[in-house]
Amino acid sequence: MSTLLIIEQLLNGVQFGVMLFLMAAGLTLIFGVMGLINLAHGSLYMIGAFAAAAVAGATGSFGLALAAALAVAAIAGALIEMTVIRRLYGKAHLDQVLATFALILIFSEGTRWLFGSFPLFLDIPDALSGPVTLPGGIQYPLYRLFLIAVGLLVGLGLWALIERTRVGIQIRAGENDREMIAALGVDIRRLYTLIFAIGAALAGLAGALVGAIQSVQVGMGEPVLILAFVVIVIGGIGSIKGAFIGALLVGLTDTLGGIFLPELFKLFMEPGAATQTGSALASMAIYILMSLVLVWRPTGLFGARA
Amino acid sequence: MIPERLVNWVALLGLLAVPLWAVVVDEPFTITLVTRAVILAIAAVGLNIALGIGGLVSLGHAVFFGIGGYAMGILAYHAQTFTSLNLIGLVIPGTKSMPVIWLVAIVISALAAWIIGLLSLRTSGVYFIMITLAFGQMFFYFAISWSAYGGEDGLSIYVRNGFPGLNTLVPIQFFGLCLVLLCVVLFLNARLQNAPFGLALNAARQVPTRVETVGLNPVRLKLVAFVISGAITGLAGALFADLNRFVSPTMFSWQLSGELIVLIIIGGVGRLYGPVIGACLFVALEHWLGGLTEFWHVYLGLILLAIVLFARGGIIGLLTGKEGAHV
Repeated sequence: MSTLLIIEQLLNGVQFGVMLFLMAAGLTLIFGVMGLINLAHGSLYMIGAFAAAAVAGATGSFGLALAAALAVAAIAGALIEMTVIRRLYGKAHLDQVLATFALILIFSEGTRWLFGSFPLFLDIPDALSGPVTLPGGIQYPLYRLFLIAVGLLVGLGLWALIERTRVGIQIRAGENDREMIAALGVDIRRLYTLIFAIGAALAGLAGALVGAIQSVQVGMGEPVLILAFVVIVIGGIGSIKGAFIGALLVGLTDTLGGIFLPELFKLFMEPGAATQTGSALASMAIYILMSLVLVWRPTGLFGARA
Repeated sequence: MIPERLVNWVALLGLLAVPLWAVVVDEPFTITLVTRAVILAIAAVGLNIALGIGGLVSLGHAVFFGIGGYAMGILAYHAQTFTSLNLIGLVIPGTKSMPVIWLVAIVISALAAWIIGLLSLRTSGVYFIMITLAFGQMFFYFAISWSAYGGEDGLSIYVRNGFPGLNTLVPIQFFGLCLVLLCVVLFLNARLQNAPFGLALNAARQVPTRVETVGLNPVRLKLVAFVISGAITGLAGALFADLNRFVSPTMFSWQLSGELIVLIIIGGVGRLYGPVIGACLFVALEHWLGGLTEFWHVYLGLILLAIVLFARGGIIGLLTGKEGAHV
């Protein structure tokens, strides 16, 4: 096991974590402000990826594809907020789960009807393809570095939006006391639609960015959604900082576990059995991490409320 | 408005009449369809104990369904290959006997429910939903990577397991067995609901602080409910695997967990026969809409949205004018 491989896997883990952060940030923001659990967040991820693949196929431009992913996901988010989600605020969690589960069914089958069951492919643009040589002689795909950079920039932008702008003040106020900011004359309905659209746009962006290294297909959103849930359970629901730390923890645990656990078991088992046990355990690693965090801190690392 | 008791009897008689009619006109596929509904109903009755009485929105009940399925799959696989199961020095022979398989499925899923419940019940509300969903996914990926028992491809069992005195290969006999189990489970549920435990659990869902002040531990009540619930769903999993003579990781999938909740909400949350009516309607819709259009999930989604937004009590609520339990 060389240092080069370890650094490469660390970077992979960070890249995966940063993409999870884009999903988890929207989820945790929506829960923090509106108190809503949104299962359909994975559908917005899928919508972003399909919009990007369709636009890239028609125009050949990756930049336009990303813009389309952001715009289409944001519009879809705003639309479902105004038609369905709005009726769910203040309702029981069971109703929210069921209604957003219904939205998943509708979006998944709708997408299958529009695009068919076969996966689409989104190509990495020429300017971002190929490996680069990092200090220390490590060859690493440029596109994955680009993903890390985009994720970090978006994280920074989100932080600036929430901490430094007027809308951010309203969002933070909304987390603490909805009635009060409505009484102070903030149009709370518009604020909610805006927050939902921001969360949706982030999910759509993540879908488009990841779509270029995986295939774009129906059902791609839900595994990521569940991982994003693990992230915010670890980080603490409602906390953007928690989502960031949690996402990196999950990304690194998953990536490194898949590589190192089988190796670890080879130290005291025969190779075949070690690979099998190791990879089976690796697939469970992040859930074990989640359980440990829960035993230690039931409200997550940065969670304030239960 | 129709009395709830009448609705329940009609549902039960319908479940008996349709397969008998299918025997007369020789439509074995209809019997299989109704058997499927009965087995899903058993699973949903199990979930309804945690969800409807205990207020635990578990989005990971497929875990127990899958455990039941794999209990059947693994035992029958060892029996059909004449090998035995080595569990850290413990040698367990395979079996093709349903009662033994059911017992194993119930015990192991109860154990899993105890561990998952112990961890998940440290939290509540939306955390609980996400955590149960995550545990479901954990089992799903574990089953996929567990290549000794088929991994992603699953396990096929060539001959349906046996029950003393019955020929389970005859569809109507296997159906009868499942229906009897459904009745047993419903009877247990009804008894439980009116027993001191059920009343305390119901109170723990509504006002946990009051339950605590009279000296009961609401978390313990919920944990016991979760274990009972998991055990029943596990039994249904073993039956489901026997119906299809096949187990695969999809029995652990999060969609299945979601569908089990959907069954309950269609029928009516916290109503004794809610899961039964929900399961029958779900299987009927699946068969009928699925035959009309490939994209029947769109319609299922729309129906579900309408029920959540406008008809909270589900079908039983619509017929009897009673509201569903508030969860």
